[in-house]
Amino acid sequence: MNIRSVKEFIIEKLIFLSGIASILFVVLIFVFLLKEGIAFFKEVPAGAFVGGKYWYPISDPERFGILPLILGSLLVTFGAILVSVPVSIASAFYISEVAPAKLKDILKTGIEMLAAIPSVVLGFIGMTTLVPWVKKTFHLPTGLTALSGSIMLGLMAMPTIISISEDAINAVPKSYKEGALALGATRWQAMYRVVIHAALPGIIAASMLGIGRVIGETMAVMMITGNAAVIPQTFLQPVRTLTATIAAEMGETVHGSNHYYSLFAIGIILFILTFIINITADMFLHRNKK
Amino acid sequence: MVENKGKSQKEKGKSQVKIEVKELNIWFGKALALNSLNLEIQANEILGVIGPANSGKTSFLRQLNRLNELELSFKMSGEAFLDAKNINQLKPEVLRKRVGMIFALPQVLPMSIYDNVTYGPRMHGINNKQELARITEEALKASFLWDEVKDRLKEFATKLSGGQQQRLCISRTLAVRPEVILFDEPCSGLDPISTAKVEESMLRLKEQYTIVLVTNNTKQAARVADRTAFFLMGELIEIDKTHKIFTAPRDKKTEDYIQGKFG
Repeated sequence: MNIRSVKEFIIEKLIFLSGIASILFVVLIFVFLLKEGIAFFKEVPAGAFVGGKYWYPISDPERFGILPLILGSLLVTFGAILVSVPVSIASAFYISEVAPAKLKDILKTGIEMLAAIPSVVLGFIGMTTLVPWVKKTFHLPTGLTALSGSIMLGLMAMPTIISISEDAINAVPKSYKEGALALGATRWQAMYRVVIHAALPGIIAASMLGIGRVIGETMAVMMITGNAAVIPQTFLQPVRTLTATIAAEMGETVHGSNHYYSLFAIGIILFILTFIINITADMFLHRNKK
Repeated sequence: MVENKGKSQKEKGKSQVKIEVKELNIWFGKALALNSLNLEIQANEILGVIGPANSGKTSFLRQLNRLNELELSFKMSGEAFLDAKNINQLKPEVLRKRVGMIFALPQVLPMSIYDNVTYGPRMHGINNKQELARITEEALKASFLWDEVKDRLKEFATKLSGGQQQRLCISRTLAVRPEVILFDEPCSGLDPISTAKVEESMLRLKEQYTIVLVTNNTKQAARVADRTAFFLMGELIEIDKTHKIFTAPRDKKTEDYIQGKFG
């Protein structure tokens, strides 16, 4: 009896620990980032850090302005949204509403495969095919541009957006569609007046999650965007993103220097950005469930 | 027997036949849902269709507005005519505008009451606000819902009670001005008072529309239908004037079903 209740107690606690592990990790990561990064803000005020136009971390005097990096990240992300969201939504509709059953299975498998390709491989493919194409098409001195990054990242965000949007579309009760058809709606009218309407929160959430993936992506972006830390004017020039900066400079910096801590500070900014995006996506998903 | 009856009605007045079904077979996959059905539906009558589960009555109903073809496994042979025109030669959306349908569970769309009623007319190209308001009032009055909702047309339709939602669906169907209305067990989820209201509106509606009522409730057919058809295992066993079906059915199976010996 006693042994049994002790067992119960231990199992209960173990399950509880596993349950809260994910939250614990998020908190630990954030604390770690803060611990390493917060000291940096004593040296450089947060306003000057986020608003500064020049990123010269190892020149003398050092200048830590990450505005070009933030704008680089946002530009590439914005481009990726333009590339991936419309195509993904159309694709999700095709898969769930139009495609015949066999093709549906093939397409879904294909999309899962796309999600499974490592980003470094995509970056490699982008480097050898997309980058020369961009250079030739737009007559540029280099093809390593924000545009190349946007197209490649758009491709990477597509599996997320497609599969979650498709779930949202499938979750629309069949009766809505039948109700619309019974009133004399054409297939297209039923789709765009009723089905999209009902699936919209889910589709928006899917897009937000896709964007979250794009903002956090590092490897492919580092390989094909050119990594020039200047404030971008157009899609056709090299940019550098927050993630690529951390990845490229972490290995070369002196442990304990201002430069070292500044990279953690960039990590904090990135964490906050993705956090906001995920929370927004979550809000839309929950509205969908109600 | 059945065919004799059909012929005598045809002689009475061919112009009155609204829907005619000839040798209709329906399969879902390999299962035969409806077996060589022949029947006619007169204009401005309520035809009740009764029968146990899997008797093919819903398949028959959904064939009249071609909703069956949404199922991938659906196959058919035979013909159905609306005003002597083969329905398979009409565009589905044109057919479904003329042949409206009320489902077993009220299928309100996730929008306001007003938007639900005007959804059909707007889709068919009516955009004039006064016209839409007039249609809304007319359609809601015909289903006896107007007095209950006239002050809250902008409210979300899903907030209405089950019975109100079903009457909203009737209004929504009326708003596209169909010629035939198909009721697919419209009261199966409703309380007796709501049921009475739906039946009351059906009786009113038959003055302008032709109505086909599929129901699991034989008493409902007895209350509202002019003629009643009894389906069993995908076959039409008997079709006749309602009072005859319920007082002196020709077929033993009909009698057994009505008396509740099986079903």
